[in-house]
Amino acid sequence: MKVTIRKSDYERILEHARREAPLEACGLIAGQDHDGIREIRKVYILTNIDHTSEHFSLDPGEQLAAVMDMRKAGLKPLGNWHSHPASPSRSSEEDIRLAFDHTASYLILSLMDDAHPVLHSFHVEKGVSEAEELEIVQG
Amino acid sequence: MKITVGGETREVKDGITIRELIKEENVETPEYVSVSVNEEFAQKADFDTFQLKEGDRVEFLYFMGGGC
Repeated sequence: MKVTIRKSDYERILEHARREAPLEACGLIAGQDHDGIREIRKVYILTNIDHTSEHFSLDPGEQLAAVMDMRKAGLKPLGNWHSHPASPSRSSEEDIRLAFDHTASYLILSLMDDAHPVLHSFHVEKGVSEAEELEIVQG
Repeated sequence: MKITVGGETREVKDGITIRELIKEENVETPEYVSVSVNEEFAQKADFDTFQLKEGDRVEFLYFMGGGC
């Protein structure tokens, strides 16, 4: 599966994650699947109700509101994103344990090196995390 | 009767409960799924008795969280 995200959406989550650091930031992604490409067309910034630098949980009410917005916009829920303020862009044990939706893409933005943020996408199924091809496209 | 699940129309038996719908939809790890009906969250304790009605809009929302 190849995942694409628009540069403007990438910059939006990067800006938010930097603002929230050292706390973890999080949100949802939505768009379309077609011809083996998962195209993110909208990112949602949600509240991390854990308010910590080591965990995140999406606010359920905001999650529902975002999904309703996706339905109205004709977009499909594609997964979520969250930041790792001080660790690499890879699925942690907790990320894997709490990845209940194996149809989702899980984007992780590392701010470990603030001058060189790293965004990767992962597919997690049956306790195994595999990187997905991710391309930041113009837009 | 017809309801909507995740934005898609489903034909289900009259009076189906949320618990029965979870089974019918083969929802994985249901203990980590919240259910909304017409944009209101249903309480997990009510899943066995909450009967859906014609035209209801149901969403299954996975808990989403993680670490670092």
